[in-house]
Amino acid sequence: MVRYIGKRFVISLITIWILATLTFFLIRLLPGDPFTSEKITPEIKANMMKYYGLDKPLPVQYATYMGNLLKGDMGYSLRYKNREVNNIIADAFPASADLGLRSLVFSVILGLILGIVAALNHNKFWDYACMVIAVIGVSVPSFVVGSLIQYLFGIKWKLLPVAQWKSFAHTIMPTFALGLGTLALIARLMRTSMLEVVGQDYIKTAKAKGLSPAQVTIKHQIRNAILPVVTVLGPLVASLLTGTFVIEQIFAIPGLGRHYVVSIQNLDYTMVMGLTIFFGAFLVLMNFLVDIAYGLVDPRIRVGK
Amino acid sequence: MEISKEKFRHVGINEEKSQSIVRPSMTYWQDAWRRLKKNKIAMLGLIIIIIMTIMSIIGPMMVPYHHSDNNLSITNQAPNREHWFGTDDLGRDIWARIWVGARVSLFIGLMAALLDTLIGVLVGGVSGFYGGKVDMIIMRFIDVMIAIPSMIFIILIMVIVNAGVGAIIISFAITGWLSMARLVRGQILQLKEQEFVLAARTLGANSSRLILKHLIPNTLGVIIVSLTMRIPSAIFTEAFLSFIGLGVKPPTPSWGQLASTGAAVLRVYPFRLFIPAFFISITMLSLNLFGDGLRDALDPRLRK
Repeated sequence: MVRYIGKRFVISLITIWILATLTFFLIRLLPGDPFTSEKITPEIKANMMKYYGLDKPLPVQYATYMGNLLKGDMGYSLRYKNREVNNIIADAFPASADLGLRSLVFSVILGLILGIVAALNHNKFWDYACMVIAVIGVSVPSFVVGSLIQYLFGIKWKLLPVAQWKSFAHTIMPTFALGLGTLALIARLMRTSMLEVVGQDYIKTAKAKGLSPAQVTIKHQIRNAILPVVTVLGPLVASLLTGTFVIEQIFAIPGLGRHYVVSIQNLDYTMVMGLTIFFGAFLVLMNFLVDIAYGLVDPRIRVGK
Repeated sequence: MEISKEKFRHVGINEEKSQSIVRPSMTYWQDAWRRLKKNKIAMLGLIIIIIMTIMSIIGPMMVPYHHSDNNLSITNQAPNREHWFGTDDLGRDIWARIWVGARVSLFIGLMAALLDTLIGVLVGGVSGFYGGKVDMIIMRFIDVMIAIPSMIFIILIMVIVNAGVGAIIISFAITGWLSMARLVRGQILQLKEQEFVLAARTLGANSSRLILKHLIPNTLGVIIVSLTMRIPSAIFTEAFLSFIGLGVKPPTPSWGQLASTGAAVLRVYPFRLFIPAFFISITMLSLNLFGDGLRDALDPRLRK
């Protein structure tokens, strides 16, 4: 187990390093420079380039950036004057994390319930009902759901605030829009997994021991069926996170997703790099944790032996 | 009731009949197709996909307007008799734009899925078949690459290769082949130890023949299912990117891009968002339903 964790940790580190390197060089392949859209004279531009160290040869810039990155310093934004990238991330991350976490909790809990209900009523009305919800949830893109409920509940019926991120009422629509797809995936996965577990011998044994149906379901079926769901949590967090790009735009939430999109459009090198590395590192860490959690949860898998 | 000897009679063995085949023998694919046809939901999905494809070809020709004809006297009309889906802010006919957009979106979906499947199958096939060092290096590479969130990677590539249809397909293929390669490798690892491979090898088949003629055809079911699932995901990615303004650039219409411009005027002209959103959703739904049905049909374990 320790060896496995160590190996996974090294792979995670390499991944983050490759991501940082790729981003660094890819972003410099871009046509134009960060000051293209500003009306400034060539001299001032040269000065600006010098000020931000953009006039030096690439390898030097790379070495400087990596050195600073190791110290946790991601430099200054080229757009928001005098603001550190770290600073912007620290400002915007709480809203994104809040949104992401709410969606995760919402989708995991409801998704599990839906999947369990569907599996326990296999091929009956509730099974079909749950699976219809699940298929729709997978098929309708989050930005469609977001815009649709924003129009209906916010603009037409005026039941919920249209946008922004202030009170609990503000969080309902974005959370739902972001979490629906994930909810559907979890429900489908949980249903399949439940149905597979039902056929196992240990369920027969449990029944033969004289346990009540509720005990069999809760203690044996659900607990075993939940394992495959744990494995997909890593990728799901990733999809939730990238989902924030559009949801934050639709509902005008001051989070990282919006910053990311805007900074790409503005060619704000340091911001794009900082955010990419931040997102990447965050997700790599999540996957790492999920893998370890899976090894701990499932006694059959003592991974890496 | 009494059972006496007289109630039975000797039938004997008909030598000819005992050897004859009662039911027509079915290949794997015939059987899969038979089961797929029984799955009404999957067939409904297939029919909708076919209709969408046909409409993307003939749809724009059904109206007398070109998809990029401006007419500033009729901007933002709601759906009516002349313009079945209304007009946009430049007075362009949305019906025409939707179906030209369908061409773009469906083309992206299909090409991206095909390309990443092709790369994934080749790399996964080679990796699983040869094993050893080659396999180790390829798998470590995939381990590292797959950990990078694909959407971030796609966005980065999109920014550099100058947003457009080709760029979306390429960036999708670059990130998409990883999971396909893993899937195929796993399948090949299982298959290559089986007797028919040994038999083929004994008969003198070389490696490329083994991979192309024996191993890959046997994983085809899994590959096709995965391919059908990749198409909606590519269509979604296109729509997502276009929606945040990083995908297909105007004036080329795509569903995502139509939805994006529609979302900007949601408060006033909600139909401009809802029409493309409806087509994106219904297409993804049909593809998902068809893919589900296909997976059940091609799964040998469910064979009756």
